[in-house]
Amino acid sequence: MPVTVRLPGALRDATGGETKLVAAGATLREVIADIDRRHPGFASRVLDDKGELRSYVNVYIGEDDARTRGGSAAQVPEGSEVMVIPAMAGGG
Amino acid sequence: MSRLSAALVRERVRGSILERIGDTPLVPLRRIWDGSRGQIWAKLESANPGGSVKDRPGLWMVIAAEEERHLLRGKTALDATSGNTGIALAMVCAVRGHTLELCMPDKVSEERKKIVRAFGGSLVLTDPLEGTDGAIREAQRRARGEPDRYVYLDQYSNPANPLAHELGTGPEIWDQTGGRITHFVAGVGTSGTIIGVSAALRPKGVRIVAVQPDDAFHGIEGWKHMASAMRPAIWDERAADDHRVVSTDAAIAMTRRLAREEGIFSGVSGGAAVVAALAVAREEGGHIVVLIADGGERYLSTPLWE
Repeated sequence: MPVTVRLPGALRDATGGETKLVAAGATLREVIADIDRRHPGFASRVLDDKGELRSYVNVYIGEDDARTRGGSAAQVPEGSEVMVIPAMAGGG
Repeated sequence: MSRLSAALVRERVRGSILERIGDTPLVPLRRIWDGSRGQIWAKLESANPGGSVKDRPGLWMVIAAEEERHLLRGKTALDATSGNTGIALAMVCAVRGHTLELCMPDKVSEERKKIVRAFGGSLVLTDPLEGTDGAIREAQRRARGEPDRYVYLDQYSNPANPLAHELGTGPEIWDQTGGRITHFVAGVGTSGTIIGVSAALRPKGVRIVAVQPDDAFHGIEGWKHMASAMRPAIWDERAADDHRVVSTDAAIAMTRRLAREEGIFSGVSGGAAVVAALAVAREEGGHIVVLIADGGERYLSTPLWE
C-alpha cells in the first residue's frame, strides 16, 4: 500500500538527500521499516529502542497527529501523506 | 546602530513590567553535581516576566528600533521565531504599543502560539518541514516586499540581541558570583547569549563554552545545529573557547533529573546545557555558570513530560 512520506531537510542525510519518498506499509512502523530497508539507520532517527516515536518527533498522517492514532502502530491508509517533523524548532 | 546602554533601556521601561526583565536567580546544583571539583550554578531565565531568556534581546531590539526611530506608530514589528523570542517580543510590543507579526513554523508547541496571541501578536505559520529557516525566509520575503509597513527586527542579525547580554546578562552574572565565575555554559540558537556574555566576561578570564545539538534532526528547542542550519549573522565561533555537542536523548534525561533532583522545571535546552556543564565540571572543575533558558511549562503539550 503505497504512501507518500515527506521529511524535513534536517533528515535529508538519513535518506541520501531525499525529502519526499514513496513507501509501503499498513502501519506507521511498517512504513518506517520500508524506508529503513532502503536507507539503513533511518528508523533509529525516528523511533526509540522500543519502536515507539521518539519524544521529540512528531508524525502526521494526513492532518492527524500519529500519537492520537496509536503512535508507531497507527494505521496508514493507502494513498495518504505522512509528514515527519521535529516536535521542537531550533533557533530562538 | 546607536549604542544603547543599560541605563537608557532601564529609563525607557521604568514603571512597567518590562522593568522586571533581568536580575534572574542564580542557584547552585546540589545533587546532580557533588561539588567535588567546584560548583555549578544555574541561571534561571524562566524568572523573566515573559518566561525565558529571550525577554532580554526582545526588549533591547524593540528599544533600539524605537531609539533609531524605525519603530514608529503605524509600523509593524516583524520577526521569525521558534517561540520564545516571539513571546518576548509580543509582551514587549504589548507594553510599548506596537503591532507585531511573527513568522513561526506550524505545528510547534501550541502553548507558544496561544501565548503570543494572548499578548496581541499575530502569527504567520510557515511550512513545518522547513523549520525555523523557513520562517526566516518568510520574514525576509515580507520585509523586502513591504518595506514601508514592516520593521524587521531580525534577531539573527540584530546587534541589540548580543548587546542585551553584553551589558545585561554578563555583568549580572559577574556581580552575582562576586567575580568567582570561571566558565559560562550556554546553548547556541541565534548565538546572542554566547556572543554577548563572551564580550562581557572573556576579558575577565572566563572560559566561554558554546553548546549545540549533535544532530541536524534534534529536539532541543531554540538551539541550532550550525553545520546544517542558516548561519546567524551575529554568530562568530571565535567567541567561545570550547565547543561541545549534546544529544537530545541526554538532554531529555537531564531535564527530567533537574526537575526531580533539583526542583528546577526546565525546558529541554536547560537539560542540554547542564549535560555540557557537568562534562566541564568533571574535566576542568571551577565555578561554572550554566544558563537555563526557559521553564518546562512551555512544553506541557509535548510528550516530554509523559
